[in-house]
This record gives sequence, C-alpha cells and structure tokens, in this order.
Amino acid sequence: MKESYVARSGLLGLSFILLVVALYLVFIYVPTDETIGIVQRIFYFHVPVAWVAFLAFFIVFIGSILYLWKRESKWDIIASSSAEVGIVFTTLVLITGSIWAKPIWGVWWVWDARLTTSLVLWLIYVAYLIVRAYAAEEHRGARFAAVVAIVGFIDVPIVALAITLWRTQHPGPVIFQGGLAPSMLLTLLVCLAAFTTLYFLLLIQGISIKNGEGETKRLRELCSWGYNKGGE
Amino acid sequence: MRFWRKVIAITGKDAVSEMRTKEIVPSVLVFALLVMVIFNFAFGARQEMMALIAPGVLWATFAFAGVLSLNRSFVLEKEDGCLEGLMVCPISREVIYVGKMLGSLLFLLIIEAIALPIFAFLFNLAVLSLQMVVITVLTTIGFVAVGTLFSALAVNTKARELVLPILFFPVVAPIIISAVRASGLALSGEPWSGLSPWLQIIGAFDAIFLVVSFLVFAFVIEQ
Repeated sequence: MKESYVARSGLLGLSFILLVVALYLVFIYVPTDETIGIVQRIFYFHVPVAWVAFLAFFIVFIGSILYLWKRESKWDIIASSSAEVGIVFTTLVLITGSIWAKPIWGVWWVWDARLTTSLVLWLIYVAYLIVRAYAAEEHRGARFAAVVAIVGFIDVPIVALAITLWRTQHPGPVIFQGGLAPSMLLTLLVCLAAFTTLYFLLLIQGISIKNGEGETKRLRELCSWGYNKGGE
Repeated sequence: MRFWRKVIAITGKDAVSEMRTKEIVPSVLVFALLVMVIFNFAFGARQEMMALIAPGVLWATFAFAGVLSLNRSFVLEKEDGCLEGLMVCPISREVIYVGKMLGSLLFLLIIEAIALPIFAFLFNLAVLSLQMVVITVLTTIGFVAVGTLFSALAVNTKARELVLPILFFPVVAPIIISAVRASGLALSGEPWSGLSPWLQIIGAFDAIFLVVSFLVFAFVIEQ
C-alpha cells in the first residue's frame, strides 16, 4: 500500500513538472509557425493526446486478451481503467482537432479519413463501456467487454484503410520527414512525455479506485452476511 | 467432416423453425421496404437524385435489416430456453457459432434476394448484375461474421435490442463504406478492376472476423 502511494505521488509530481514545462515551451519558447499562425500551437497538445489515446486502447487490447486467457480480474481492471482514460483522450483529440479545423478549414468538422476514424474509434470504446454496464452480472460484463475490445482493436486498421481510400484531407505526418524545426520537435517530445506520464498516473488512479470499489463491495457483503447470521 | 454434420444440423434446425414460425424473413422484408420508403420521403423522387443516393440507401437498408434479423437469431434461442439445450449438447461452442452464422447468412441472403429486385423496381435502377450479387454476398458474410458474435453477446445483456446496433454499426463501418462505394461504381458501369480495392477490403474483413469471432465466441455464451 505504502509503495503504491509513493509511486503515485512520484508520478503525480513528475507529470506536474512535465506539464508545466510543456506549457512554457508551447506558449513562450517555441516560435509561431509562419504559414499557419498561432493556431498551430494546438498541434503540441493534439498529437500527444492522440498518441495517448492509441496507447490506452492498445493497453485495453492486451489487458482484454490476458483477462480472457488467465481469468484474473486484475487484467480486467487494467483494461477497463485504460478504456476510460482512452475515451477521455479520444474526446480531447476530437475537440482539439475541431478547434484547429475551424480557422484552417473554415468548418468545425469535415468527414476526413482521420477524423472519421477517430470518431468510429470513440464509438467502439463507448460501446465497450455500455456493454459492461448493461451486462446482468459483473464477471459477464467483463468477459463481454474483453471480446468487444479485441474485435474493436482489430477493426481499427480496417476502418482506417477503408476511410483513407474513401477520402483524406488531414495533413500528412510531418514529424518523421524532417519537416519540423528542432525547437518544435523538442516541444513536441516534451509534450509527448508529459501526456504519457499523465496517462500512467490516471491509469494507476483508476485502477486503485476500482480496487477500492471491489474491496468495499466485499466488505459490505461480509457485513450483511454477518448481520443476517446474527439475526437468526 | 463430423464438424460440418453438426453445423448443418444447427443451421437446419434454424431453417425448419423459420419455415414453421415465419418470424424473421417476412417481417424483416416489410421493415426493409419501409426503410426504402422513408429514404424516398427524405430525399425526394427525382431520377438523377435517385441514381446518386441509391447505393447509400441500399446499404443503409441492408444494414438495418441485418441488425434486426441478427437480433432475432439469438432472442428466439433465449426465450424458449433453447440456448441451454444447445450448451449441453455434446458439441463445441465453435459448432454453435458456425451453425448460427450460416443460418443468419441464409436468412439475410433470402431477404436481400427479394429486396434487391424490389429496390430496382421502386428506384428504377438496373441493380441486378453479377457485380452487385458478389458485393452483396461478400458484405453479408461480413455482417453475419461479427453480427452472430455480437447477437449472442447482446442477448445476455439488459438492453439487448439496444446493445446489438451500438456494437454492430461501428465495427461494420469499413464494409458499409466499401459496399456503398463498390455498388456506386458497379451501378455506373465500372469494370471489375475498378471495384477490386473495395472488394479486397470486404474480403479481408470477412476473413479476419470469421477467424476472430470463431476464436472468441466461446467466451460470449459461457454462463
């Protein structure tokens, strides 16, 4: 218990420092993009948030496979906590993307390949949480959700392929083609580190809440059992 | 070979039950017709407009009809306690999946075989071609591959009619897009080579999800 508290405080401190540094870099240090202007700065949040969303869903996928295989509830707790964080970050991707799109494309939303894929991804993982909530028993909900996570994660590349073939308008990847100035790259990397640390902090927080819920439930059942026993 | 004999037995059971009760095919057909009529109200009846929206209307109709008929497939099993009977049979869970999947495929193909000429008649379009048949069969296989898995899952949840479409539509999005595009090309007289990227996506989806659903189906119907 003590170690996990120390680990969590450490992560909290680290992500706080990294996020403050990231804010400094994004708003003060890095120069404004000449062609796009001030709105380009949202890119330093948009890209790391998208990366974290994908990382989160990858963890959901791995956790779900391990849960179906090993049947240990810790894997389900990891998967479901990660899914919740993933949905929040996918929502942020859609919102920051829209804020960027309005001044650049003139509209909040276009049915472009990556936007549409992100939206479908969001819908799949919302379905994941709905299935879990609607299952009659908890262990069944966990099993169903794991199946949805596996099918959903495998589906994402096919969705991306079909929609890309259909239409694309999103700017292509500039990061690995050397299209980014060194100061911009540095800012992006710090932001990536900051958001990834934040993800792990939120994941551990989610897991400990779920463990606490499980423990409370167990104690309550124990109490009511003891009470009924005493009443006889 | 014994695997396939058991599979045919389950599919045959569904076919016999459908022939006696007529619960799925006629009602889903009426529903499909209604969807076409509503789309007509929504978009007007000008001929040039029809040619433009026809592939979309066709696949929206088939997707809605598909979800409705897939829902019924396991609801019937659940209501009459038939699923428990199937579970205690000396057969593997995979046999149940393949048997139910082939049953749903049969019903949906019958529904589409009747709905497609009606669509051609109502929308005044030549949709009956070999290309359209291939697109329809491939896409329907994709529908039932994931639909059977999700139907078995949804039937064990509290809001079963709601859970299936919420799961089904986002996952089949890539084949709906591909089917709409391929049908559009087929209707405008494009040769096979123009259709092939779309048919490849549908084919890949079918193959991947037949295997994945086959592997995970046992987790869904386990008590």
